[in-house]
Parts: sequence; C-alpha cells; structure tokens
Amino acid sequence: FPGLADVSISQDIPVEGEITVPVGSHSPDEDYSTLDEPVKDTIMRDLKAVGKKFVHVMYPRKSSALLRDWDLWGPLVLCVSLALMLQGGSADSKDDGGPQFAEVFVIIWFGAVVITLNSKLLGGTISFFQSLCVLGYCVMPLTVAMLVCRLVLLAGAGTISFIIRLIVVGAMFGWSTLASTAFLADSQPPNRKALVVYPIFLFYFVISWMILTFTPQ
Amino acid sequence: ISCLVMYLFAEFDDAANLLAANPDATTISIDEPVEIPKNQHSHLQETGREEDDELLGTDDSDKTELLAGQKKSAPFWTFEYYQTFFDVDTYQVLDRIKGSVFPVPGKNFVRLYIRSNPDLYGPFWICATLVFTIAVSGNLSNFFIHLGKPTYHYVPEFRKVSIAATTIYAYAWLVPLALWGFLMWRNSKVMNIVSYSFLEIVCVYGYSLFIYIPTAILWIIPQKVVRWVLVVFSLCVSGSVLVMTFWPAVRDDNRRIAVATVATILLLHALLAVGCLAYFFDAPELDIPAPIIPAHNGTTVITKSH
Repeated sequence: FPGLADVSISQDIPVEGEITVPVGSHSPDEDYSTLDEPVKDTIMRDLKAVGKKFVHVMYPRKSSALLRDWDLWGPLVLCVSLALMLQGGSADSKDDGGPQFAEVFVIIWFGAVVITLNSKLLGGTISFFQSLCVLGYCVMPLTVAMLVCRLVLLAGAGTISFIIRLIVVGAMFGWSTLASTAFLADSQPPNRKALVVYPIFLFYFVISWMILTFTPQ
Repeated sequence: ISCLVMYLFAEFDDAANLLAANPDATTISIDEPVEIPKNQHSHLQETGREEDDELLGTDDSDKTELLAGQKKSAPFWTFEYYQTFFDVDTYQVLDRIKGSVFPVPGKNFVRLYIRSNPDLYGPFWICATLVFTIAVSGNLSNFFIHLGKPTYHYVPEFRKVSIAATTIYAYAWLVPLALWGFLMWRNSKVMNIVSYSFLEIVCVYGYSLFIYIPTAILWIIPQKVVRWVLVVFSLCVSGSVLVMTFWPAVRDDNRRIAVATVATILLLHALLAVGCLAYFFDAPELDIPAPIIPAHNGTTVITKSH
C-alpha cells in the first residue's frame, strides 16, 4: 500500500468504526441456511427455477439465467413426457412401428451429449452441463407440438389434420432451433458458428420427424 | 452413465486448465479463446506447404509427417488431443465438401483440401446426415408408392434408422481401417512415395459420401430409371474422388495388386449405394400388397416386396 506510507494518525484521536460484510442472500452454496427450511420451500425454489427457464425458452432473449443456473430437471420431464406421448402408435408390430420409449430417450440424451461434445471440440466456451440444459429445455416447443398433434389426431387422421400437424410441428421446430441457437451460438468462435448450428438443426429435425410421423392405431 | 458424465466433466475442467497454461498458445489474456493463435499457426503451416507442393510436386509426405507430429503433441487422454481433429472453420468444411462433389481430374483430394489437417467433423456429421436422410427418404418414398392402396397403413419404420446407422458408420470407419492396414502392409514391401494416415483416409471416405445425401433425397422419385441413373452418377462422382486419391498410393506397386485394390474400393462403394437403394426404398411400379395389415385377432401379416 504505497499511498498510505505517509499517512500518520496521531495518538489521541481514536479510530473507530464498523466493518460489516453484507450477507449475500442469493448465494446458492449456503447449505447451512437452507437446511432448516421447510421442505415445501426447497421444492418451490427448484420448481420456480425450472419454471423460469421454461419462460425463458418461450421468449428467447440473450439472457444468461438459463446458462448460469443449469439444471436437468426440465429436460428430464420433457424427454419422459415426449417419449410417453410417442407411445401407443402402431404398437402391434414391433418391427416397423414408431420409436420405442428407450429409442426416444437415447436419441434425445445421446444426441444432446454428442452436440455438446461437438461444440466443445470446435472450441466452444460453454460448459458441458450448461449446453445439455439448454438443448433439453429447448425441446419444450416440440413437446407442445406433440401434445397438439395428439389432440388433432383424436379428431381425425385425414389430410386436413396432417396439414395442421405439419404446420404446427414445422413452426415448433423452427422455434426450438432458434431458441437454442440464440443461447448457444454466442459461445462459439465466429468462424465456426455454422458448424455448431447445423447439428442442432439436425437434432431437432429428427425429433420433429418422429413427432410428425406418429400415427395412432 | 452419471459416472461417465462426471468423469467427462472433470476432464473438461482439466482441459480448461491445460488450455489456459498452454505455452504454445501465446494468449494475451486468459479470457481470450486460444483458437485465434492456433488458426494463425496452421495458416502459416499451410502456406509453407503450398510452396513446397509447388516445388517438390506431391512428394512432401516427410515434411507433412513432421508438421503433423508438431500439431498433435497432446497425449491421447487429454481433451486437447481430440480438439486437434476439429480444427476446421466453416469455409474449410464447405471447401472440402465442394471438392468432393466437383472432383477436379488429376487433383488429389487429400493433397488439395486436407493438407495434413484431417478433421473428424466432416466424416461424422456427413454420416449422421446420410443415415437420417436415407431413413426419412425411404420412409417417404414408400409412403408415396403405396399411397393409393386401400389396405395400406402408414408406419414410420423406425427400426431402419438403427440399421442405416450401423451400416453407414461401419462402412465409413471399418473400410478405411482395412484399407489403411492394407496400404501399410504394402508400404513395408514396396516403397510408395505417397502414403496416407488413417485419419486422412477416414476423411476422404467421409467427404466422398456427401454426394449420396442429395442422391438419397432424389431417390424418393418412384421411377426405376431415374433411381439407377442417380446411382451411376453418384458412384462416378464419389468413386472418382476415391480413385484419384488412392491411385497414386498404389501405382508404384505390382500392377495387378494396384488395379485390384482400386477395383475393390469401387466395388464396396457401389455395394453400399445399391444395398441402400434396395433395402430402404421399395421397388416402384409393382403391384405389392401392403407391408403390414393390422388384424384385429392379434396376428399380423407382414409381406415385403422382395
């Protein structure tokens, strides 16, 4: 502290004061303060975090909240519900039917892992789980599309229903790709953005294809 | 699987530390990505080798071996090692794809485009795209062929995706492995001037499969003549890329072995194309009964077209 070398404090002036460190109330690592809270608070906090991320996906802005506090609850719920909704179609023949539950699960998780590895190998600065989190949450529009498709198919399976389904799935596919690109593209070197965006496009295209070709019994 | 994921997570932390401490990167600040110095480095290497290419013809395998050794110096268990196989920019990948679709007669794909920077991005994602393109196109084509028939019930045929994936990835990785082993063995017997590393062969095979992607999309057209014309055309294009790459590597050998090698390469390539066409795309213009008739008494009748 070179600037303080020539500061002198006379002996008869008392030096007093208070040094207080403001306790950060948003630190996520304070186990000691969350250990005594009711279970409902713990669950509601996590649910609120998941819900906030869903809202971020619905209105994709360049916010870092999705990236910073990653969690995999949302992707798990979306993946399981999507895989469950894809069941029950053409289930008689095992050979030529739609994807089994395990196949959907594997495609989504393995696909997300491969895309994350790909973007990291190309020099991306995003962390592994953050990228998984973003890719998983951005499956939400497609899950909504699947729900809409099942409802439309309840009404009938003709050409008009197919056109409606095509439009809905196409729109949601575009939304998913744009949302995940908005979050992930910034962490890539600029001359490799297209190399990272293309696998994401392929990933959501495959999921959209599975949704569109779902035919009930 | 969570153990594997945690291990990977730890690995990436280590790699980040390694990258930050890498003396070759010459970064000014820790936050700056290390890609920019690396690209400059490899560009310098490329221009150097371009001049050497001009001077020495195609004989720069020694120098490229040395320079390639300098690049891939990280031990194989670090993340950095695998990053060296993805050291390509968008325009480089697009150039390589263009080179595989428009082969210039006399120019070697490996020397012209890859230049000791083989990447795994192209082969992996071209194969992935091809798998899904073939599965989706086959499904669509069958749908259109059987559309008018009253007993036809559309099925997504998802099983075929796994079969397509196994076939194409096996072809794109095992055939280069066998070819590399064979070329290494011949190299020990006959001194060849041109030799390729395993990754360069994988790269050539991967990029040469690109022409099959638009071909698979065009195979939806349910005309036999159109399909076979497409097969011949794509075989010529990708086959010529392969031949022009591998002929210099075997021409110094016994004439019979050289011709047999090139013929085998072309035969396997043709087999892949014809096999995919035959398996994933039903024959058009035939009166085929519907593939699956969902019966209500619990039995299913499955008849295939061939």
